[in-house]
Amino acid sequence: MSYCVLYFASLRDRAGTDAEQVDSTAVDARGLYAELRARHGFGMTEDRLRVAINGAFAPWQQPLRDGDEVVFIPPVSGG
Amino acid sequence: MFRLQETRIDAVTLARELAQSGAGAGVTFEGWVRDHNDGRRVLRLDYQAYAPLAQSEGENILAEARARFAILEARCVHRVGTLQIGDLAVWVGVSAAHRDAAFAACRHVIDEVKRRVPIWKNEHYADGESGWLHPDGSAVKAN
Repeated sequence: MSYCVLYFASLRDRAGTDAEQVDSTAVDARGLYAELRARHGFGMTEDRLRVAINGAFAPWQQPLRDGDEVVFIPPVSGG
Repeated sequence: MFRLQETRIDAVTLARELAQSGAGAGVTFEGWVRDHNDGRRVLRLDYQAYAPLAQSEGENILAEARARFAILEARCVHRVGTLQIGDLAVWVGVSAAHRDAAFAACRHVIDEVKRRVPIWKNEHYADGESGWLHPDGSAVKAN
């Protein structure tokens, strides 16, 4: 399946892009992050991140559908 | 009303817009860019946001504040982009019939915004380094 992954903050710097189309066999965000972590060398472990699917926070195990927008949210620092 | 903004925040106008005939109290909070953090000299900041989720999460926080506290209005504006020392980075304003609720709600809103809204701060330091702040740990460098 194909997913649109957006990157922010340190993940964006590390990936070297703000967005990419990813063809993957991963069926949920957990599997997808493991794959992208290996590809880009993200230091951040899954327990430090939240997941958003199609613009809303979602559980890691929520099944992904073809074309979903997936964002891995590092700890926030607004304010 | 929650809003992300790339231009200067006009706190005076925002505060005036809170006023209404039933309001006996108005409390505002301004978050400013500080020239130091964690013992390092800061030259400027960049804020990045995941805009659609920041918008909906910000609106959720304001709705929760209206449900939880006896207030009339709660609003928040947060800057994105590059900010200089002293710039207004975030503004929160609450109106209420009485001051207790206004103070409590204003505090609640800024605390929740800092905790939940997907906005990130990149500090540029005097020594030439920079780092995204991910505050459950320490600054995380790009590489």
